[in-house]
This record gives sequence, structure tokens and C-alpha cells, in this order.
Amino acid sequence: MREITIHTDSIAATEAAENTAVMVEPPVGTTRKMILNMGPQHPSTHGVLRIVLELDGETILKAVPDIGFLHTGIEKECEAKTWHQAVTLTDRVDYLSNLSNNLVYALAVEKLIGDIEIPRKAQWLRVMMTEFSRLNSHLVWLGTHALDIGAMSVFFYCFREREDILRILEMFSGQRMMTSYIRIGGVALEPPRGWQQVVGKFINAFPSKVDEYEELLDSNPIWLRRTQGVGQAPLEDLLDLGVTGPMIRAAGVKWDIRKNEPYSSYDEFDFEMQTRTENDVYARYRVRLGEMRQSARIIKQALEGMPEGAYQADAPKIVLPEREKMKTQMEALIYHFKIVTEGFRVPAGEAYQAVEAPRGEIAYYVVSNGTSKPYRVYMRTPSFGNLQALPALLEGRLLADSIAALGSMDFVLGDVDR
Amino acid sequence: MLPDSLQQHAVAAALESRLPGVITGGHADRNEPTLFIAPAQIVEVCRILKNEFSFVRLSAITAVDWQPADPRFEVVYLLHSLERNERLRLKCWLSESACEIDSVTGIWRGADWYEREVFDLFGVRFRNHPGLHRILMPTDWEGHPLRKDYPVHGYKYSYQNE
Repeated sequence: MREITIHTDSIAATEAAENTAVMVEPPVGTTRKMILNMGPQHPSTHGVLRIVLELDGETILKAVPDIGFLHTGIEKECEAKTWHQAVTLTDRVDYLSNLSNNLVYALAVEKLIGDIEIPRKAQWLRVMMTEFSRLNSHLVWLGTHALDIGAMSVFFYCFREREDILRILEMFSGQRMMTSYIRIGGVALEPPRGWQQVVGKFINAFPSKVDEYEELLDSNPIWLRRTQGVGQAPLEDLLDLGVTGPMIRAAGVKWDIRKNEPYSSYDEFDFEMQTRTENDVYARYRVRLGEMRQSARIIKQALEGMPEGAYQADAPKIVLPEREKMKTQMEALIYHFKIVTEGFRVPAGEAYQAVEAPRGEIAYYVVSNGTSKPYRVYMRTPSFGNLQALPALLEGRLLADSIAALGSMDFVLGDVDR
Repeated sequence: MLPDSLQQHAVAAALESRLPGVITGGHADRNEPTLFIAPAQIVEVCRILKNEFSFVRLSAITAVDWQPADPRFEVVYLLHSLERNERLRLKCWLSESACEIDSVTGIWRGADWYEREVFDLFGVRFRNHPGLHRILMPTDWEGHPLRKDYPVHGYKYSYQNE
């Protein structure tokens, strides 16, 4: 009983001391800087990102990002898996652009293997599905970014369309998010029966949905005031800090890997690179909005011109045999057993492959020492490079604008920490 | 000394004539030009490549551990020129006893986090780096996880005894 009394007394004493400390006002005319800890659990950081802000009133003097809370060691794990097994890990790097990660890994390994020819149908399927994942990513980005700034209703509209995309992904691959659809040597499955109707119905309606989002946001003066002229940084700084993707296209750089270094038959598709010159939050929104329209165009072309043929390469030592063949043919059964138990060997060497992910340049640097497991898989993820420019966007600006600037970078913390 | 496969490569040839002996080897494996650079001169080479050959972008810096080979570590610089749409890979070999190299943060500010990542995961130190401390692992972590002698399940905690 007595101890408790002493305890409460001491708390009261501390509180009293604190109250007096607060009540002592600093002399008139002097200010002091304040350290504000934003995150790791903050709704507008979209993941576990911690930023230490040094504030002078409402102005940010210094911003120091602290990352690593979602570090999972995917690169290390890839070294313990066979080449095929590592495909499933690439999904987990970025939950919004998992197909881009599948694609870049498959392309890098195929480059290492060398003598493997991917059928045209598989290439077109890869393009179509990657564009669906770009739409998925941009829709989530637009919804949450608008929500951060206070325009709540856009979120519901975006997620309505995202749900349709996830259903399409599930229809093609059996999974809504962790699809592992793009495999070494092609894609995982033959497209399901009737996919043309489902994709056609979605893609014919989608452009009008983008008009809806645009109408909702661009006729909203609060949205315009909170995004125009906000979050700017000189282009030289952005390039120097390693920023890629929509962020530098919004600053006027004409660089889109789909156009500049075409892969997986992107050169057969007709679409336009989206650039702006204002280099602010609003320009980034316009670039991504334009990219959604272009992705819809690409998907429509893929739907109308989908080539006939095989969905996987004719390489029995690398690609898993079809189920039916495995049950009826001895060779197929043997290859299946070999691939599943031991994996296939990849010639020694190294390959660097970059693709344009929704967030920017995603590139895998894959090293093989001639065995059935990758020796090293380095993932150059766009969010890691982009996030480095965060201090350049925030310092010297108002605290309230930091939310808009953060949102416009469109990072995924799993993609940063890997 | 420039290898035969890179004699026709304009940037490699120009770099060789500019700084003779700085290129210790290289290859064009799978049509990706790679130059081996003497570690002591990496900053000078990067400065020339950025200022005179328009490699304005540093895509990434990473490393590969070739244990038990000596030199053990391979630090890889992935450069990109927007103007010519060209990529170039530089490599520096470092032995385990002296795994230290000069930082290129003075040339590309973006090298900061990549060098911290290589330090964190491989234990390669970068001289003159503005703040070389761990970036992905906790600050009090022991060991460097991407080294080949580091077990996949880690040293510290295991489910074996539970």
C-alpha cells in the first residue's frame, strides 16, 4: 500500500515538474528547432518507412529517411533456391508490380541461358499481363494518393476497377496477387477459355473510367491547389540521386525503357511515352494518368492481335512439361523429375536486364556459376532509387506538403527493403 | 590492357588512351560491355565517364562474393548514359584482407545508399563516404548477410531447439 502511494506521488511530482517546464515560455523573439519522428507507422508512408524531420515551425529543414523495417533477405534466399523456384520470390518484392518482377527475372535468366526462343504468343501474353499489373499499381497509387490529400471518393472508384483486374489475374494464373505467371521459358498456363470476352469487356469500359477519375480530381480546386507547384526538385538533382520512371518523365526526360530498350516485343505495340515538364506532384499525376490510358491501348492491341502458337518455349530441359504429356510420355516424366528435383543448369556468366516497372527502372543483375542455383541475384528496385531523392523534395518545404510529395513518389516499402 | 572483344568499344578505347593501364581486363559477355578497373582509380574513372562520356546515371552499385577465391569481392558499378542509351558495367576486385574502396558519392550523390547497402550486406568499406552505417539490417547486427559464409538462416536465432 505504502509503495503505491510513493509511486503515485513520484508520478505526480514528475507531472508537476513537466507542467512547470511547459509553462516557462521562451524569451520573446527566440525559437527552437523541433525534431519530429514521422513513422514507421504512419498512414501516409504506405508501409513502414520512418522519416526524421527537423522542423522550424511548419518548415522542414532536414529530412532523413530510415529504411530497412521490411528487409526480408529475398536476394539471399534466391541463392538457396533453384532457378525456377526463385520465380515465386520475385513476386514478393513488390506486391503491386509483381508481374514486372517476374518478367525481369525471366528475361535475365533467359539471357543467361542464351539459346532459348520465346514464342511470340508468350511474349504478347507477357506484355498484356505486365500492363494489367501496371494498371493495378497506378490505380492503387491514385486511390491512396488522393486519399492522403483528402479526396476520399476517388479511392472507391479506383479499387472498383482494381478488383476487376485482380479477377483477371486470378483467371489467368490462379492467384490474385502473387501470380508467378511469367516463368523462365514462357508463361505458366494457357490462357483460360473465354478470356477474350472478359478482357474485352474490361478494356472497352476502362478509358471512360479514367475520364471519371480525371473529372473527379481536376474539377476539384483543393486537389489542384495541393498538387500544383508542390514537391519540385531540380532535374539534375533527381538524375544525380538515381530517380527513374514517372518521376523523371514528369520532369521532361524522354526515357521509357519500353521505348528506349524494347524487350518482350514491346516494339510491336503502338503507344506513346508520357512526359510533362512541370516536375511537380500534379505533373506526376498527369503522367501516370496518361500511362493508364496507354496501357489500356496496349492491352487492346494485345487482345485484338494475340498470335496463335505455344505459350512456352520448346525447351524440354528447362520448361516443365504439360500435365497430360507427363502422364503419357516417358521422356516428359523424366524431364519433369529432373527439373523438380535438381533443376536445370544455367551457363556461367552474368546478365543485366532492365524493364520499365510502374515505378521506374527495375533491373536484375543475375550471376551464374554454372550450377542449378543462382549464384547472385541483385535486384535494382525503382523504389530504393527514388526514395533517395526524398530529402531533395521535402527540405525547405512545408510539413503539410510532405504528404503530397511522399505520395507522388509512389514507393512500395517491400520494394525498397527487399 | 583492353581485351580483344572490347577493342571496338568507343568508350573503353577512349578511356584506355586517357588513363593507360587503368583497365585491367574486361569482357563483352552476352553483349554487355564490362570493364575491370584498378580499385585505386575508380573515382577518377567515374569522374571521366560522367563528365566526358555522359554517363549521368548511376543505376546501382552492388557486389558479388566469390569466396574462397582471392580477390574475394567484386564491386559492380552499373552505369547508364541517357544521351546515347548505352549501359556500361565497371568491376573492381577486392581481397578480403583489404576490402576497402574509395566512395563515388562525390560524383553521383545517388551512390550514397547503394554503397551503404554493399557495406551492410557484404562488409566492403567505402572511404570518404558521408555516413557509412548499416541501412537495411539493424544497427547492432553482427555479420554481413550476403557473404557466402553467412548461413541462410542466420547465426543468431534458430528454431532447432524449440
